[in-house]
Amino acid sequence: MLGFAIRRILMLVPVFLAVSVIIFLMIHMLPGDPIDNLLRIGAGPDQRAALTEKYGLDRPLYEQYLYWIGNVVQGDFGNAIVQRRPVASLIGQALPYSLTLGGLALLVSTVLGITVGIIAASFKGSWLDQGLMGGVLFGSMLPNFWIGLLLILVFSVSLGWTPVSGARGWESLILPVVTIGLGGTALVARVTRVAMIDAQGRDFVMLLHAKGVHPVVIQLRHVLRHALIPVVTILALRIGWILGGAVTVEVVFARPGLGSLLIKSLNQHDYPVVQASLLILAMAVLLGTLLGDLLQAAMDPRIRDNLK
Amino acid sequence: MLMEVKELSLSIGKVALLDRVSFSVDRGQVLGLVGESGSGKSLTALALTGLVRRIGGRITGGSIAFDGQELSDLPEPAYRKLRGKRIAFITQNPMSALDALKTIGDQVDQVSRLHLGLSRKAARAHTVDILTRLRIPEAATVARAYPHQLSGGMKQRVVIAMALAADADLIIADEPTTALDVTVQAQIVMILSELVRKRNIGLILITHDMGVVAQICDKVCVLYAGRVAESGPVGQLFDTPRHPYSAALIGCIPRECMAPGALKGIPGTVPSALNYGAECCRFASRCARADALCHTTRPLPHSQGAALVACHHPQGTAAQPEALDV
Repeated sequence: MLGFAIRRILMLVPVFLAVSVIIFLMIHMLPGDPIDNLLRIGAGPDQRAALTEKYGLDRPLYEQYLYWIGNVVQGDFGNAIVQRRPVASLIGQALPYSLTLGGLALLVSTVLGITVGIIAASFKGSWLDQGLMGGVLFGSMLPNFWIGLLLILVFSVSLGWTPVSGARGWESLILPVVTIGLGGTALVARVTRVAMIDAQGRDFVMLLHAKGVHPVVIQLRHVLRHALIPVVTILALRIGWILGGAVTVEVVFARPGLGSLLIKSLNQHDYPVVQASLLILAMAVLLGTLLGDLLQAAMDPRIRDNLK
Repeated sequence: MLMEVKELSLSIGKVALLDRVSFSVDRGQVLGLVGESGSGKSLTALALTGLVRRIGGRITGGSIAFDGQELSDLPEPAYRKLRGKRIAFITQNPMSALDALKTIGDQVDQVSRLHLGLSRKAARAHTVDILTRLRIPEAATVARAYPHQLSGGMKQRVVIAMALAADADLIIADEPTTALDVTVQAQIVMILSELVRKRNIGLILITHDMGVVAQICDKVCVLYAGRVAESGPVGQLFDTPRHPYSAALIGCIPRECMAPGALKGIPGTVPSALNYGAECCRFASRCARADALCHTTRPLPHSQGAALVACHHPQGTAAQPEALDV
């Protein structure tokens, strides 16, 4: 198991490098550059040339890449060109907001999604199942930002229970967490339901009934354990998504975070910040996948034995 | 009588699948329930264990008496207390019958902890003891293994161990050897028949393997298309099968010194439950002896020697393959 984990982590290194190349090239292929944002109106070509040289943007692309990745590997993300601060401090400021929001949203969607999935699967085909799944389908069709706006309208504007926007205090977390969490709930509930129904139909369940085990125990201790394997994989994959995918919600609720930092930096062509944020999001996805694989092996003895 | 089933009828939805099935088994006896796939054997097992409700089945008539208690209308919670404790069920495929995510020990322990109220430790000791008695080497190590680490024969012994964990009085085994290697089949059959003698329990063995029936059964009940074709002591059935279907089944057993081509199958297939006729012999379309009467009147079970036979034209006393040439 430990050997497997180490092997998997080593395998991440080439993936990480490939991702960094893609990110770097994509950003440098975009029209425009950060110098546009730095020049005052009416500045001449020599001023542009001077600034371009100062930030090393006149050198060949591969040189720029090697310089950047060399520093990144040593933990130095460089300085933001337009925002004129170390990239690490900009990200350090934004990341905790994203982690709190993403973590809580993931928790909500996990608990709620699995609960709904269990109930729906246990009463498969009943009006309860159809109602829950109908609700889930409806919920997953609505875009995040629209749910966010709707929640603000009801709970902040009409009822005045929660702050409209910002990131002051835990009250301001409620609506964003609910907004992101609901989308995840729909996904988790559907996956849980299908996985439970699949597990319910397997032969071992009939033998458990034949042993006289209570149906609730069968559902929660046996069927659910089988069903959780795919659910955990999906959840692990969502970690990266939830960190970066919260952009629209961060904008709607005017919250700081990695998503809004990324959008702002993209608009300003602030290369170092964009590169660093994208790299972190990509790493989150990679680590999420790794975590998913490890959890799967931890939960399923068959997979564990295959790794030996 | 340990278990006595009388005129049991069962439907799933509007489809009648069992039609007035009767048989009985006592302590120390092995009853073989035989027939082709689709004859209602497995369904009967599910009916006896009350599990048929789980697949939407409904008992529409008749009775199931177990040790004097009527089971056909027993509410589910009471049935649950009986299952695993007094009536044990061995399912068809040991490969998929165990929970792949739990250790063997945990799964066997579950029965004695649930029904005998044993502590975790006592249950494990009990489990290791049973596994050892089923001749599983290094039982304590096996108890810590997961199902995928065991062979099919071992897994089937584990399932049998579950059936013994709470000292069941009746074991219903649904094709316990079908999924196993031929060499292992014999071991499992021997284990089961030994249990019946030693523990003085009843065993209902569902199988389509007439060879197994001949080896360990005391009584046989031949099912065809949801009805009993013939039932009686195993000796008479093999020596002088009365129902053409029983004779045909016996004719399907391969023997040594058989001339090539002598092994006969039974032509045609079991009718689908949707096409079951009510007022006819359901075997008629595959039977050489069938005449107009067979297609219009249901044959009722009547005594023929020691057996009950549901046939208008039962065969004579000579065990003869005439019916094989259908």
